[in-house]
Amino acid sequence: MSNDYQKISQDGLWTNNVALVQLLGLCPLLAVTGTFINGLGLGLATLLTLVLSNACVSAIRHWVRPEIRIPVFVLIIASIVTIIEMLMHAWVPGLYTILGIFIPLIVTNCSIIARAEAFAAKNPILPSVIDGFMMGIGFLLILILLGGLRELVGSGTLFDHSELMFGEVAKDWTLSFADNYRGFLLAILPPGAFIGLGLLIAGKNYIDLKKANVQTVSIQPATDQLTQ
Amino acid sequence: MNKQILITAIILTLFAVIGGGLVSLTEQNTSEQIKTNDKLALQKTLNTILPATQYDNDLTSSVIRIAANKLLGTKQQSSVYIARKNNQASAFIFNAVAPDGYNGNIHLLIGIFSSGEIAGVRVVKHKETPGLGDAIEARRSDWILGFNTHSLNSLSNKQWKVKRDGGHFDQFTGATITPRAIVKATHNCLLYFKQHQPELLQSAGTAKIKE
Repeated sequence: MSNDYQKISQDGLWTNNVALVQLLGLCPLLAVTGTFINGLGLGLATLLTLVLSNACVSAIRHWVRPEIRIPVFVLIIASIVTIIEMLMHAWVPGLYTILGIFIPLIVTNCSIIARAEAFAAKNPILPSVIDGFMMGIGFLLILILLGGLRELVGSGTLFDHSELMFGEVAKDWTLSFADNYRGFLLAILPPGAFIGLGLLIAGKNYIDLKKANVQTVSIQPATDQLTQ
Repeated sequence: MNKQILITAIILTLFAVIGGGLVSLTEQNTSEQIKTNDKLALQKTLNTILPATQYDNDLTSSVIRIAANKLLGTKQQSSVYIARKNNQASAFIFNAVAPDGYNGNIHLLIGIFSSGEIAGVRVVKHKETPGLGDAIEARRSDWILGFNTHSLNSLSNKQWKVKRDGGHFDQFTGATITPRAIVKATHNCLLYFKQHQPELLQSAGTAKIKE
């Protein structure tokens, strides 16, 4: 069983990463990753949605007839996202204002219904929750990585506006890397998001390729021994 | 077969009811907090224009609605917040729109003291180019503070322009259109205030009674 969980985790974080491999949810991914904190905010909201929707879908999987499963999934996801949106509006208003339209748009993030349909509808609650969590973390990591990169290159800072999320204590968490940095516009504007994501995908493929090479090399001597 | 359809319909309805119920439950529990937040956010913005020492009334609920006006750049009714000190209207905060920004409308809050001096100008919403035109935001540069204490008396009509057009106000390197739009909108707002001051003071009086 623990092997299963390991595979689920590896799938969500790396082999089947929502953003880098499935290429789902690109609209919010590209739009909000102007800063680290924006990425973190949307990432956490998406993560929470994924976990909750996977749990609900898995819990009701025996009662829902196949012909109405998609409308039911959509209903569940929409309710969860609306509730999260209201809670964010009430408790983290600053972040809510910045993320604005992209919170309700989590509903349209294909990765959520994809996980409901492909995994949660066929598996018990615990594995489904873990799957939702790992997929969410995988998405979150890419959001903050891309957000951090674009913020660093585009405005020369990191963790700017942390106070929107963590309150007044976080006011001076902002790291500034260069005085009088004029900023690199391209990184902040939409093209920067596409280029950044492209580089991340390329990076992942490169690492995978290297790993695959190492594996074939290490298999070689073994086969040699066999033939001897 | 008909029974099957019925069961399916009932299941779907059940989920709709549960989902709707949960959403409305959350709505009920958060609506107060959301209202308070919105009010606090508005109060915070208004306070950056007009420090709390300059008034002693509840600014966010002391509002009058004025008709759309070309000088304010508004196409619908808009709100004016009236600040009072010792029961005297001390300042008015207008919602104005600069229609000729580089990327469309720039929404402004413009505070004017009863004397006709600018209390402060802030950009509420804009789509200007990040890194060039967004220096109009108070958190990016203090250019917008340059309007403070100016009035129709302190500068002539010719001086209410950016330096490139022979006026008093700086433009930014690489962005003239954005500051030009804001200078014009602020000047127009002062003109509006001058034209409508008697009515505004009168409605300020009635707004006080309503409170």
